[in-house]
Amino acid sequence: MLARDDHDSLNRTPLHGLHVSLGGKMVPFAGYDMPVQYPAGVLKEHLHTRASAGLFDVSHMGQIALRPKSGKLEDAARALERLVPQDIVAVAPGRQRYAQFTNEDGGILDDLMVANFGDHLFLVVNAACKDADEAHLRANLSSDCVIEPLSDRALIALQGPKAEAALAKLCADAPAMKFMDAGPRKVAGIDCFVSRSGYTGEDGFEISVPAADAERLAKTLLDNPDVLPIGLGARDSLRLEAGLCLYGHDIDTATTSVEAALEWSVQKSRRSGGARAGGFPGAEKILAHFDHGAARRRVGLLAQGRAPVREGALLYANDAGGEPIGQVTSGGFGPSLNAPVAMGYVPTSQSALGTNLFAEVRGQRLAVQVAAMPFVKNTYKR
Amino acid sequence: MTTTLYTSDHEWLAIDGDVATVGITDYAQQQLGDVVFVELPKVGRTLKKAEAAAVVESVKAASDVYAPVTGEVLEANAELVAEPALVNSDAQGKAWFFKIKMADRSELGGLMDEAAYKAHTA
Repeated sequence: MLARDDHDSLNRTPLHGLHVSLGGKMVPFAGYDMPVQYPAGVLKEHLHTRASAGLFDVSHMGQIALRPKSGKLEDAARALERLVPQDIVAVAPGRQRYAQFTNEDGGILDDLMVANFGDHLFLVVNAACKDADEAHLRANLSSDCVIEPLSDRALIALQGPKAEAALAKLCADAPAMKFMDAGPRKVAGIDCFVSRSGYTGEDGFEISVPAADAERLAKTLLDNPDVLPIGLGARDSLRLEAGLCLYGHDIDTATTSVEAALEWSVQKSRRSGGARAGGFPGAEKILAHFDHGAARRRVGLLAQGRAPVREGALLYANDAGGEPIGQVTSGGFGPSLNAPVAMGYVPTSQSALGTNLFAEVRGQRLAVQVAAMPFVKNTYKR
Repeated sequence: MTTTLYTSDHEWLAIDGDVATVGITDYAQQQLGDVVFVELPKVGRTLKKAEAAAVVESVKAASDVYAPVTGEVLEANAELVAEPALVNSDAQGKAWFFKIKMADRSELGGLMDEAAYKAHTA
């Protein structure tokens, strides 16, 4: 149990008071006092999000505007391409793309969303990395861009099959948006930035709202009986079932985008032979992984029994003896699958779907099988 | 006539002669959240007091359940293994974990009665 003082030393999002009033169980996360669950509990919150709609406070994440000093958006896009292996120039106005900041060793410093808002780029980065990301941007892009942390904004995710209908009541433009559309929209009369994206595998939206209006907007959304507040616990089980990486666990400074099975996120224009091949930190190693393969790979793992296989569990080729061949990086119970789900790194030679492996849990080797991700089919509106 | 005692690790023991039925308390299940997996000790295993005897896992995390007393496992609750959510719905009833034949009843001396446990969790 945390003493009162520990809670007091943590940052609070603009929705902190609302979480407490809703009975949220508050825990420290990335320096913030955040709800891990509400009275409904992780299981119900997870299933409700997949069946109806869930509201998540993700205001702890960093929001950053990247403005081109020249006034030409392409200059900001080209500048950002010096730090990420993604094609940012090709992100059309009103669109968003998943990206990674890489380091000189080809590892991942953070993963992020980059949206083209017409006259500037809008970035959403992980809470635990946001200060380092801002410093990284300042150190490398200040000649071309003004880097503006938008610390006076909250971020609310609305996810699930009824998210569209719930948001449509407050934002008539919402239903016309497609997956990864992003831009300024009025929501309940408030000037927001809305994207059709999320971290659950479900259709849904992420809404950046001025801090002063955040609680009013969240309460208005929660007035809809289809919408329940969802804590970090279910956020984690939802993203795990969706096969999505959690930074610091499934990806970090020691994993390349290829090892992490994120090749889909690196456009051809930045790969060997592309129009703007390379030119990002660690390009030599990352492009070598593209061209010649990487020795290990992130895979999905389904356990054959009921016991959850969690982060840190060692993976073996056989049911006894031998050295570990890999490790689980995220794992737990998938409420929608009603079964344990995990992901981890294994040698590429043992990464084929259907490969039978063993995970060591409390001294016992449990049978697991390399499985396709997402574990639960995503429902994005493309 | 059974007596129910409690440990500071949030287990309950229903004592009937030299047999104790062991489970986790309602307070413990509330702290754990939705239980999705339970692993119980094998019948016939001898447990030492404070040894990890069972595992209870929620969506988020795994927790050990420690043997509150030394003794031999007489029975494990198969119904609970098949339906782990019983821990949430009936922690101090149907969701008993195992029955143990106590080797040394003096180990019960350090345990709490219901009033003391309530104070402990208040």
